[in-house]
Amino acid sequence: MSFYKNVTAKPWEYTSPTVGTGPESAFASSSERIALTLFLVVVGVIFSLLAVSYYVRMEVGDWVPMNDPGLLWVNTAFLILSSVLFQLARNTAQGENFARARALFVAGGLCAVLFVIGQALAWQQLTSNGFDVANGPASAFFYLLTGLHVVHIVGGLWVWSKTTFRFYSQAELASVKHSVELCTTYWHFLLVLWVLIFAVLANT
Amino acid sequence: MAYVPLADQDKDHELHDPHTFITKYVWSQDHKVIAIQYGGTAICVGLVALVLSMMMRLQLGFPDSFTLIDPSSYYQAVTMHGMIMVVYLLTALFLGGFGNYLIPLMCGARDMVFPFLNMLSFWVYLLSVLILMSSFFVTGGPTGAGWTLYPPQTITPGTPGHDTGILLMLISLGVFIIAFTMGGLNYVTTVLQARAKGLTMMRLPLSVWGILVATILGLFAFPALLVSAIMMTFDLTLGTSFFMPAIMAAGEQLDYNGGSPILFQHLFWFFGHPEVYIVALPAFGLVSDVLSTHARKNIFGYRMMVWAIIAIGGLSFIVWAHHMYVSGMNPYFGFFFATTTLIIAVPTAMKVYNWVLTLWEGDIRLNTPMLFAIGFVFTFIHGGLTGLFLGNVVIDLPLSDTYFVVAHFHMVMGVSPVLVLFASLYHWYPKITGRMMNETLGKVHFWCTFLGTYAIYLPMHYLGFLGVPRRYYAMGSTDFIPESAQALNANITVAALFVAAVQILFFVNVFWSLRNGKPSGNNPWGATSLEWQTTETPPKHGNWGSDLPVVHRWAYDYSVPGYPQDFIPQNVPGDFGVSEDHDHETEMKEGPLAN
Repeated sequence: MSFYKNVTAKPWEYTSPTVGTGPESAFASSSERIALTLFLVVVGVIFSLLAVSYYVRMEVGDWVPMNDPGLLWVNTAFLILSSVLFQLARNTAQGENFARARALFVAGGLCAVLFVIGQALAWQQLTSNGFDVANGPASAFFYLLTGLHVVHIVGGLWVWSKTTFRFYSQAELASVKHSVELCTTYWHFLLVLWVLIFAVLANT
Repeated sequence: MAYVPLADQDKDHELHDPHTFITKYVWSQDHKVIAIQYGGTAICVGLVALVLSMMMRLQLGFPDSFTLIDPSSYYQAVTMHGMIMVVYLLTALFLGGFGNYLIPLMCGARDMVFPFLNMLSFWVYLLSVLILMSSFFVTGGPTGAGWTLYPPQTITPGTPGHDTGILLMLISLGVFIIAFTMGGLNYVTTVLQARAKGLTMMRLPLSVWGILVATILGLFAFPALLVSAIMMTFDLTLGTSFFMPAIMAAGEQLDYNGGSPILFQHLFWFFGHPEVYIVALPAFGLVSDVLSTHARKNIFGYRMMVWAIIAIGGLSFIVWAHHMYVSGMNPYFGFFFATTTLIIAVPTAMKVYNWVLTLWEGDIRLNTPMLFAIGFVFTFIHGGLTGLFLGNVVIDLPLSDTYFVVAHFHMVMGVSPVLVLFASLYHWYPKITGRMMNETLGKVHFWCTFLGTYAIYLPMHYLGFLGVPRRYYAMGSTDFIPESAQALNANITVAALFVAAVQILFFVNVFWSLRNGKPSGNNPWGATSLEWQTTETPPKHGNWGSDLPVVHRWAYDYSVPGYPQDFIPQNVPGDFGVSEDHDHETEMKEGPLAN
């Protein structure tokens, strides 16, 4: 049923009982995917509001620009690699090559672990250079934005570890295929989010 | 793999019926049990907030007679009363309680789509309540910053609970938002995915529409509160200056610099205004169904009602700064937000007209749920009209921070949603328990509550016009406030105590009827929507026995001419409607409800 038909339906008029049954009565997508999409929208709202706050706060006179550590570029490369590996795992999972899909999926997660470690090192560099969280609004936002992003990555890694466990405990690719697809979507989203955060942080 | 909708996947559905007490009633994944857990917790914490308001009223009505609270604990009571009522009672009860109970039943589903997440949602909510309640027992007590938690005052020494109290409040809000998000994802996905065969979106009862759109609002609005809570926690614990400007406290320069308190206000109200509709939209939906059922008439303008809900939901995100006319923001903002505020009144007024037109020539049954529903229409119109006053900048400025504001928001989002809650509890109690509630007690409860709330809030409007400021512990000697204002204040307190005491009748009724109420049967009100068509009442785990219902019509086929009963349940097949060549003149003469 088209969108227009749906919103202009006259529900008080009797129509044959088959109308609205079958796939057209719901989104042709799994419940998990719909919930994930909604969740990503919520995450998007959180970071958009933080970005708005960042620019509003920047207008106040005490803003001192901060040099972002160069390590962030390396970390970004790890996250891109992670996303690419997840995508490859997803594509391989469509083709029923179980062992290869598993290897790519595990490698993708490990790259994300390296990203998290890299972010921690970047924080360490900053604090040793005297930029702690209370140093000024720029560094406060740096820790807040990168920290919240890492929290989301770690949440994703938790799901990744559960899926990895299922990869090793079950031989059926079909049972994990859907999880791999959802993880991939989540990873791409977090990559785009990270690139935007990086751009915002670089704009001081 | 082609996608198969949930309703079609159910052929060999195995019901994992829980058997032990723990899995059935404690760690339950059944949406009905979770609904009752949510509702019970929300009502308990709401009673705490009610007691706090009584303590405030005793102080205001009889300032020299009671030593219950001092100025500090007065502010703490104001803060906790507001926050508990808005977030932990109303949001939780409408969405966690009624949302959980009604969505799967009204959609013809066996349960929520993610039952485990649903269970988790309740327990995390309970955790947030416990964290909030624990702030009563820490040194310094709960925060006394007002429910809006405006910095810099919130975390500045001198404000009650400026260290531990506010920290617990912020953590509790964060935990609540996590709980809400888990529940909210579930509600939306269930409505979109788990509807029964034939139940198109436009055949859904308005309750589901209200809860659905309110949940979407919550998913978009609560992040603003989360963000501001996190940033304020940073300011409080890590010494950042997101919101805290350079400030002196008790003669000492604090370690803050350059933060923007107005930024907090924008973030807070970007959450705070949609929050009004997170509470109001489910109430709109539920009351529509109660009115239609007890007036034995289809809801007037169903599509208009749906689109009004959606329009209000959308507009609610662009009116937030009408809470900030006196904050010192750019005056042009005031122009913009006053305009949007007047625009949002249009779909809201449409809904009110439609409720009244639903009653028009209805076969009205003035039983308890219906009385509460009609009472809501009154209080909502009154609260809405004063909203038009306050939405205009020039009228708002002199009325800001007076009792007029207190009267307005209590009428529109205190009394009105609570009346709907009562209407809904009386209406769905038979489905939840299988027993009817006592009508006489219910009617006494209604009239005392309805008239009592008017006795409380009508005079408050007048106090506001006199310029009596809100949030004051005691008026002291102020020249512009006449002596008679204090007499009015005393009257309001007496009325408030009366209304609070009358609520005991409700609780007596709930518990008495559990054992002694008349057995209700499956469909005591003769209602059309699916939740009344279950084979057992209360519905068993899985709701529908072996076969899911199939829906053939919308939820409002009441008093259809030519049909022997005055309602046609949604799962009854067949066209009983008025045919094309129907003789409208005969119908006019005989009346549409001739059967």
